[in-house]
Amino acid sequence: MVAAVSTAVVFGLLAWFVASSPFWPRIQATYFSAEDMRLSFPRVLRGFWLNMRIFLVGEVAILVLALLVAVARSLTGPVAAPLRIAAVVFIDLLRGVPSLLLILLFGFGIPALQLPGVSRSSLLWGSVALILSYSAYTAEVYRSGMIAVHGSQRAAAKALGLSQWQALRYAVIPQAVRNVTPALLNGVVSLQKDVVLLSVIGAREAVREAQIYTASTFNYSSYVVAALLFLLASVPLARFTDWYSRRDEQRRLQRAF
Amino acid sequence: MVPRIEMDRLTKYYGATLVLDQVDLAVADREVVALIGTSGSGKSTLLRCVARLVDYDHGAIRLDGVALEGELPERELRKRIGIVFQSFNLFPHLSVLDNITLAPRKVHGQPRGQAEERARELLELFGMSEHAASYPERLSGGQQQRVAIVRAMATDPDVLLLDEVTAALDPELIGGVLDVIRDLKQRGMTMLIVTHEMGFARDVADRVAFLDEGRICEISPPSQLFAEPEHPRTKQFLQRIIESGRL
Ligand SMILES: Nc1ncnc2c1ncn2[C@@H]1O[C@H](COP(=O)(O)OP(=O)(O)OP(=O)(O)O)[C@@H](O)[C@H]1O
Ligand SMILES: [Mg+2]
Repeated sequence: MVAAVSTAVVFGLLAWFVASSPFWPRIQATYFSAEDMRLSFPRVLRGFWLNMRIFLVGEVAILVLALLVAVARSLTGPVAAPLRIAAVVFIDLLRGVPSLLLILLFGFGIPALQLPGVSRSSLLWGSVALILSYSAYTAEVYRSGMIAVHGSQRAAAKALGLSQWQALRYAVIPQAVRNVTPALLNGVVSLQKDVVLLSVIGAREAVREAQIYTASTFNYSSYVVAALLFLLASVPLARFTDWYSRRDEQRRLQRAF
Repeated sequence: MVPRIEMDRLTKYYGATLVLDQVDLAVADREVVALIGTSGSGKSTLLRCVARLVDYDHGAIRLDGVALEGELPERELRKRIGIVFQSFNLFPHLSVLDNITLAPRKVHGQPRGQAEERARELLELFGMSEHAASYPERLSGGQQQRVAIVRAMATDPDVLLLDEVTAALDPELIGGVLDVIRDLKQRGMTMLIVTHEMGFARDVADRVAFLDEGRICEISPPSQLFAEPEHPRTKQFLQRIIESGRL
């Protein structure tokens, strides 16, 4: 209650201070012009819908691919050595190069090769680059969760007769995923914003649309519209992540008595 | 008669350290053998070798005369030899029932209905029916350990290996677990039990083996081993236990 009141007072003062400054009319006209917001809204929203589609499909692909890579990396024994090495190379290469650079390399480079039977869509290849980049990072998140599962759990699984694969499937992975869910959720929030990077290869997503509007009007309200849309999607997700992490923390404390 | 389980000059190194030194030990069908000895004498390692959780370097282990290595298929071995650990090692993300039925279903191909029926029977037997749907973290240590024993029993093994199953429990919870083991003995289970509970070893074991630096120093019925130990090392070990008030 006190927190709510003090928060309201602080933000109220801040708003009053900005709104009463002599520059406010200029700020308002440039960033918060109702007319420009209304005019740019449909196209920015259309762009944002593309962001959302890439984000959703990409997220699913990342969570699956990253898990496969993490599992490949965790396999033991000489037979699995090629898989293990491939996973390490995948992670090192793709995590070491900035996502933006990967998107340029894939999004412009692969279509330029004009390979027969290979798609020439920059958007497709740019999205693939983003997915690979995030997968390499997410694979390491999964792996840290797998390492945190105590070795005695594997011993128990082995004693029960579970194969290496079954031990992963039924004992290690479910616990690992539970261990790293907060970290995975952070990755989700971050991907949602990073889809914007695809604008560099010309994808007509929200920011690109806003930019196009700005280029012809010299008014930045369209950017504010895009920002509001992103906030609308990411704030609930961030709150959910917080809530989940807190609940997870409490559960752990309970378990430790 | 062929022993249920038989170790024949079992030898195991960890790196350059000799941990098991030509151990010969035979456990008859329905027999309960307790393994005692100082910390680091190799008791856990011996059980882990029998459960094939670690490799050994020389010698052989046989189940009903069939060598574990090379002759007995892995799956059959896992079905016929059960092991329970000091730290329970239940799967925290699975309910009690799922913990128990995991191996019967996924390893031995039993249909869910059949596996669950057997699991409920075993839970009933050990007075744990009401916990079938609980998750391990909701149970006391004693209850968790009883579930772990039921899990090891779910494939109806021929031999049960127990490694200090009461060592991690509060004193008031130990009794319930020991009762379960007594009950298993009553039902004719063949068991190899590592324990620090000398009173329990004396009670439940047909024979007690004293392990020292990877060798079986002395093995005899509890009445004899605890009353008139022959080997000086056994005397010394028991003396120390008596002094610390644990016998
Ligand atoms: N994984 C391992 N790697 C290296 N050395 C090990 C390993 N496990 C056990 N050892 C060593 O092997 C010896 C026997 O250990 P073991 O755990 O079998 O003893 P124990 O009789 O069960 O002792 P405790 O009563 O403390 O449980 C010890 O010297 C120990 O340090
Ligand atoms: Mg031990």
